[in-house]
Amino acid sequence: MSYSKMSLAKPVMRGLLGKRLRFHLPIAFALSLMAAAAFKFGVTEPRKRAYADFYKNYDATKEFNNMREAGIFESVRPTGK
Amino acid sequence: MLHLKLGRVGCLLTRRAMVALTDSGARLSTHGHHEVSDQLDMSQPMYWDRLDTPLPDRPWKDVLDATDKSLKQKEKGPWSALSKEEKIALYRLKFNHTYPEMKRPSQEWKTVIGGMFIFFGITGLVVIWQSFYVYPPQPPTFGEDWQAKQVQRMLDMRINPIEGFSAKWDYEKKQWK
Repeated sequence: MSYSKMSLAKPVMRGLLGKRLRFHLPIAFALSLMAAAAFKFGVTEPRKRAYADFYKNYDATKEFNNMREAGIFESVRPTGK
Repeated sequence: MLHLKLGRVGCLLTRRAMVALTDSGARLSTHGHHEVSDQLDMSQPMYWDRLDTPLPDRPWKDVLDATDKSLKQKEKGPWSALSKEEKIALYRLKFNHTYPEMKRPSQEWKTVIGGMFIFFGITGLVVIWQSFYVYPPQPPTFGEDWQAKQVQRMLDMRINPIEGFSAKWDYEKKQWK
């Protein structure tokens, strides 16, 4: 009962983690950087601009008086009451 | 008792749990012991049909008649001398189901989905009954007038005037942007 020797190629036994890292780490870094850039230019920059525009011509006294006339404060009532 | 080979299953199932998970194939095998009850003898090597553990502890047919025994004798020689039917017969001696037979689809999903929908329906009826007979009256803060006054007060207080609520209100034109 003898067979002719049939053999498969020896599978790769070493360097598996290194191979995986060489493939996945650049992708991971690239995706992370893209996510950070997207957040910066999609969220933080518009937000900084919105705040800058709001406070460019902001008159605190005028806003206070408007709010006072609307009657929301308890320490100062609207003028004339 | 932990050194017992639990059916060489590489997981934490006990043998009894494995029996529960396999078919009743183990009970229907032609095993040679005479038990009055239908209870499986867990101290003997077991047979199972499992996709993930292919080689059970014992073959399917333990009790061999004369033809089976002669076939097993022939198996001890060169396998090239076996015919195709003999090889299939040897397989059927050793195993109950083939892999395709083990993987055959069942209609169980219909029962599962049907049962799910039945319980969704019962729950829906319960919820509807609740809304009529259980819930207390709604608080006044839900009314239209109250909500309108609330929105006006939020705008007066300049809630989130830069990016949020009041930022969407045009204070000059007195309308939403």
